[in-house]
Amino acid sequence: MELLFVQALSGLASAASLFLVASGLSIIFGVTRIVNFAHGAFYMLGAYVAYTLTSRFAGPLGFWGGLLVASLIVAALGALMEMVLLRRIYQAPELFQLLATFGVTLMVQDLVVVIWGADDLLGPRAPGFTGAFSLFGRNIPTYDLLLIALGPAVLGLLWLLFHRTRWGVLVRAATQDRDMVACLGVNQKWLFTSVFALGVFLAALGGALQIPRTTVTHYMDLSIIVEVFVVVVIGGLGSVTGAFVAAVLVSELNALGILALPKISLVAVFLVMAVVLVVRPFGLFGKAERAPRSSAGTSFRPWKPMTSIERIGVALIVALAALLPLFAGNYALSVGSEILVFVLFAASLHFMMTVGGLASFGHAAYFGLGAYGAAFAIKFLGAPMGVALLIGPLFGLAGAVISGWFCVRLSGVYFAMLTLAFAQIIWSVAFQWVEVTGGDNGILGIWPSRWASSPEGFFWLTLAIVAVSVALLRVLVFSPFGFGLRATRDNTLRADAIGIDRKSVQWAAFIVSGTFAGLAGALFAFLKGSVFPETLGIPISVDGLVMVLLGGIETVSGAVVGAIFYKALAIWLMSQTDLSKLVLGAIIVLLVVASPKGIVGFIEQIRHRRPPSPNGAGSSAARADASDALGIAKMKVAE
Amino acid sequence: MTALLQVETLAKSYAGVHAVKNVSFALSAGEILALIGPNGAGKSTCFNMLNGQIRPDAGSIRIAGENIVGLPPRAVWRRGVGRTFQITATFSSMTVRENVQMALLSYHRRLWAVLGYAGASHRDEADRLLDLVGMLQQAGRPCGELAYGDLKRLELAVALANQPRLLLMDEPTAGMAPKERVELMRLTTDIARRKKIAVLFTEHDMDVVFEHADEVMVLNRGELVTRGTPQQVRADPHVQAIYLGEGLLYDAKHRAEATP
Repeated sequence: MELLFVQALSGLASAASLFLVASGLSIIFGVTRIVNFAHGAFYMLGAYVAYTLTSRFAGPLGFWGGLLVASLIVAALGALMEMVLLRRIYQAPELFQLLATFGVTLMVQDLVVVIWGADDLLGPRAPGFTGAFSLFGRNIPTYDLLLIALGPAVLGLLWLLFHRTRWGVLVRAATQDRDMVACLGVNQKWLFTSVFALGVFLAALGGALQIPRTTVTHYMDLSIIVEVFVVVVIGGLGSVTGAFVAAVLVSELNALGILALPKISLVAVFLVMAVVLVVRPFGLFGKAERAPRSSAGTSFRPWKPMTSIERIGVALIVALAALLPLFAGNYALSVGSEILVFVLFAASLHFMMTVGGLASFGHAAYFGLGAYGAAFAIKFLGAPMGVALLIGPLFGLAGAVISGWFCVRLSGVYFAMLTLAFAQIIWSVAFQWVEVTGGDNGILGIWPSRWASSPEGFFWLTLAIVAVSVALLRVLVFSPFGFGLRATRDNTLRADAIGIDRKSVQWAAFIVSGTFAGLAGALFAFLKGSVFPETLGIPISVDGLVMVLLGGIETVSGAVVGAIFYKALAIWLMSQTDLSKLVLGAIIVLLVVASPKGIVGFIEQIRHRRPPSPNGAGSSAARADASDALGIAKMKVAE
Repeated sequence: MTALLQVETLAKSYAGVHAVKNVSFALSAGEILALIGPNGAGKSTCFNMLNGQIRPDAGSIRIAGENIVGLPPRAVWRRGVGRTFQITATFSSMTVRENVQMALLSYHRRLWAVLGYAGASHRDEADRLLDLVGMLQQAGRPCGELAYGDLKRLELAVALANQPRLLLMDEPTAGMAPKERVELMRLTTDIARRKKIAVLFTEHDMDVVFEHADEVMVLNRGELVTRGTPQQVRADPHVQAIYLGEGLLYDAKHRAEATP
């Protein structure tokens, strides 16, 4: 009992930082509708800068002043990022801001190592709060008590800021309807920048306050960002009070979960989030998100199946790829196979993301399930590779059937977060169920059958499977089912009004996507000869997202190009430089700014910039334009 | 003869506010009925209950005798109810023709087909519908770049795809130019009369209402005030008080038009 109480206090202390970071993210999202992936990076920067300042300037003023100045410096960096980067891409599809901030996160990860080194750093203790007091025979740091008091204090200050100042009223108004606020003559640019700076300040302060408690590390950004997403989603996006309640809830779950159910402690938080989202789809304190006003002039170029010339072109490229083993070495072939595997993975995500409008943040779940499925087939059934390559996708399918059923009840960011929750749950199971999965040690010895064991053989097998799968997905896009799926994405109201069952169609798409991801995962297991929990991890999910977004969200098969580009670049950079993340992040940021439509979207834009010839294919739109201008298109009144 | 649409004691309240209370009316095949009333009278709530978007608190909605209360919009649609929306709802990533093809695929129960190019299916049927509403020449255009009036016409074509027995049109001419309004309504009533489709529409443009409706129903504060022919409703002093105002403007204009 005493232990429980002491743990609960420690949980409350952790909640303070979590609340600071989460409220910052929530405020930023509320006003700018940006899911700031770099929020964890700013949290980490806050900790590093505070470490430097507090180590240099001793004494209470040096320490507390150091924390504050560090947060202000990082807030200024945040404002800079908003002005230089985000302002250019507010009009881009919403996920693109996520991609851009992800690029920044990658850059910061390498930058902190360059500046502060790779070693963990131990900051100074807080002057006046170095001691501990004894409770039930256990020591509780006095600093924890300070943090416990700090959480509600910041909540109160934020409340005052938002309810008692003109700026705060504007922010709340913008959270409800930013178009209207703009119409009232408020300078949106500076409102967005100041909101962003405040949010980043809170993140940095949350990081800075951690230095007396824990060491400063260069991977603290990813560990916090997922937790913060969870907090914000449980609390309800845009709600500061919600962030506070959820931060306490999540911290207590973490603190007490370890005592009560150590086996599932890693899952507990995500289970709670899944339950909250299913019961309250907009979080505890969130409001139903109003559909964004479709900005005028957003004109998609309607998708068309490939012409026969394009088909021949693609067939030639595949044939060329099949010739690769004739002149490439074993290393190049294994890289080639890996790229192909990720082409399939990205294509499967692309199907639900761009055709179905369902952005999954946890697509690695089905990739990893496929890998484990194949591994189980080999290890427990002694099945040959052919059978394992069937069982893998079946695992992906089964996972998608279950999680998809829950997820399609939500939409937008909440959908994304629930997919993330499911991925984390499955990851935790793989990590902790050591008897079956081997836990962290993974499952080894998943080698291909002899006929595909040579690098050439495996490459050809992968190429064949991936080419056929991507072709199948493409057929599906243009089938009536694919059209119906696109209809649910374009306009739910209209889809429902013409007899389309949105949930069933999206669920089916989710399952298709999960199955193909499972197939990619099964191939991956044979490529690597082993399976580890990392195949289910967040980095794989994020890789998938980046590939799809890089390729182009409004394209039919952009993911293929995005995957090849991203994977090849990542592997090549890794072999060339220690700062691969810095370069990769910078390239992502540049690409997003240069072409928010993605690589393929960019190419298409250039292709369609040429005026179409009067008799050429695809000129019907131009003709319709012309006839409209001439006033020929008049309504026919039936007699 | 039983009515095609039979609404009885329909009611809906939001947090204690009665948006619609005790509304009953009937509509027969081929009849064109306008639902008018001031803002906040409950017209949209009524409409959204009729196509299943909102579930009523009480009352029944029968289509050819079958109670459809509790059915989702897609099931109501399967029973032959087409609708257009106050703010047009179309599939912006598709061409004009594909929008209609989408509705036709659903109507022909081919939503779950995974083979074949959807853009090639039911093409002639789609073109016939587009021709009917005067949109055939723009069939290949991306729907996202259409003018608003054309979107309304496209919506009508989509709403006609399931051979509806009942057409619900929520402010069909809002946002259109005067000439377009008349044309769209003439087109609608013409199709409805020929195909024996019952039409229920809401509208704020009294020219449109009195010109095209067989009968007019007036809703105020959630209650049905009166129902009658356009002449009767126009002359009703109560209706003038709550909604039309003096109503002289229309009469004057109408007389002027009648005797040029």
